[in-house]
Amino acid sequence: MRLLFDNLVILPILLPLVTGALLLFFPDRARRLKIVINTLATTLLLTVGVLLLIRVNDPTAPASLTTYRLGDWPAPFGIVLVADRLSALMVLLTGIVGICAMMHSFARWHANGPSFHSLFQFLLMGLNGAFLTGDLFNLFVFFEVLLAASYGLALHGSGEARVKSGLHYIAINLAASALFLIGAALIYGVTGTLNLADLAVRVPLVAAEDRGLLEAGAGILGVAFLVKAAMWPLGFWLPSTYAAAAAPIAALFTIMTKVGVYAILRISTLAFGVDAGASAGFGHTFLLGAGMASLAFGSVGMLASRSPGRMAGYCVLVSSGTLLAAVGFSTEGVTSAALFYLVSSTFAASAFFLVVDLLDRVRIEGADVQTVTVEDFDDDEEDAEEEIEEISVEIPGALAVLSVCFGICMLLIAGMPPLSGFVAKFALLSALLTPETVPTSTWWFVGLVLFSGFGALIALTRTGINTFWMPMADKPAPVKVIEIAPVVILITLAITMTIMAGPVMNYMTTAAAELHAPTSYVAEVLTQSVEVAR
Amino acid sequence: MELILSLAIGVLGTCGVWLILRPRTFQVIIGLSLLSYAVNLFIFGMGRLRVNAAPVLDKAVTDTSSYTDPVPQSLVLTAIVIGFATTALFLVVLLAARGLTGTDHVNGKED
Repeated sequence: MRLLFDNLVILPILLPLVTGALLLFFPDRARRLKIVINTLATTLLLTVGVLLLIRVNDPTAPASLTTYRLGDWPAPFGIVLVADRLSALMVLLTGIVGICAMMHSFARWHANGPSFHSLFQFLLMGLNGAFLTGDLFNLFVFFEVLLAASYGLALHGSGEARVKSGLHYIAINLAASALFLIGAALIYGVTGTLNLADLAVRVPLVAAEDRGLLEAGAGILGVAFLVKAAMWPLGFWLPSTYAAAAAPIAALFTIMTKVGVYAILRISTLAFGVDAGASAGFGHTFLLGAGMASLAFGSVGMLASRSPGRMAGYCVLVSSGTLLAAVGFSTEGVTSAALFYLVSSTFAASAFFLVVDLLDRVRIEGADVQTVTVEDFDDDEEDAEEEIEEISVEIPGALAVLSVCFGICMLLIAGMPPLSGFVAKFALLSALLTPETVPTSTWWFVGLVLFSGFGALIALTRTGINTFWMPMADKPAPVKVIEIAPVVILITLAITMTIMAGPVMNYMTTAAAELHAPTSYVAEVLTQSVEVAR
Repeated sequence: MELILSLAIGVLGTCGVWLILRPRTFQVIIGLSLLSYAVNLFIFGMGRLRVNAAPVLDKAVTDTSSYTDPVPQSLVLTAIVIGFATTALFLVVLLAARGLTGTDHVNGKED
């Protein structure tokens, strides 16, 4: 037990790695066995995530974060893994979304292509690694691990649409990886370190003539992260790739944009926070502007998209735009509200991707388009009505559950009361409007956040009407319990977040306070690892 | 030497970016490869250029100024391996796209 707790920080990386490798030894025919192994491993991963969260959140512990030295070298010479409140939260979120996506995939998607289970585990490994690492180059490696797995998963099930959008997705991410390396190399060249905590120490000491080079490096690095976070105009690949990907994979991908946001939040608060000397606040104005542009683009995209799959993609864009702009404000209150929003919007978007997959069973392709034409030309209206009555006499039980789930997803995404989407947006707006004088840019952001909620409401209501009040497939394919269960779990978690908003918000506030006071993070990472090494 | 290295990085980078923006998938993959060469040389350059200096510690030589920085060299090694793997993966997708769409245009259709 003692051994387990000492090595808790590495487990979220090691567990999926070993499982993924193990699964490669079994042929794809052994589906039942693979399902069992994958379920066990992902459940364990979730348990580890919970334990990690409990550990970093322990008020009696001497330190608020836990480090793990890879190869037992003390930081900054060796690579360290660091679990603080934010990292633990993200690891747990990955576990939750992972297990829900996995359950959904068992209904049919997992059998649609080779090596699904291994790729799935490798993606989880990359995600957890990116959240836990305390080293810039190691972050690159985990980014590549998660991207390589995501390339395979985006193409899972094959087909022309997937391969076409996958080609764009891979090309842009390879180019972004090149930018990541240039940025990391420039930062190393100027500061002589890749350890994030050490970087925070050295950035204020950089000579004035090298500062331009450092900021150029940070900017290039930022572009690489912003491609992942799908900022406008770097996020054009997102809606088509996510819409083409299989539903459980798209649901898991919602957390991949959050990796970009996480990396930006981590580095901007550590290296360019209040203590960064002349570089303090670097890039914040840009993030605010870029975030607002993505938010506007995402909202308009939601209104304009006809298929629910693309709409879900734009909904991910809206969420990342809001988060990026919130990072740009860089105040404790806004960050804590943004973290709450991050969790709530990830649940909502993942659940929505899964619901959309189930909606396709009952939708008749083109039924909504046909009705629009009927409305416009007022032709044969009576015939159409009769037909509708005939077809939709009995609503199957599954459909009722599905429509309720859709409605709840809509409330969550649009941020309508009473659910957690509303709590998140309310907290965000109240944090934004707390200062005595509110600058014009903040008002713009407030306006855009409200507009995006309104836009989402219109777009989703329209989709709901066009799906549930339309002629439906005569005998829709049955919805299995294992397909709808993950949606229910995600929604239940979001509802729990609404009820337990106090404790959850307290956690977020502490996490945000830690982020904005990087001195303790730096001191603990650098001393803890030396102390234990003696 | 600095001039030759910077020229090499510049030429590789320019060709890489130009090729990435071309409409044929084969041009894109060659562009990405060239760009990754440029990036690898760039990382190498960030460790400062030294001639005849070993990156590996020798017990007999205690003067640190006689060594070259080993970190960028290990970074380049990692970047080469990862770049190679991802390029190979892209090549597979490229062939799949060619097979499914019947064209080598990046959008899967001519013009």
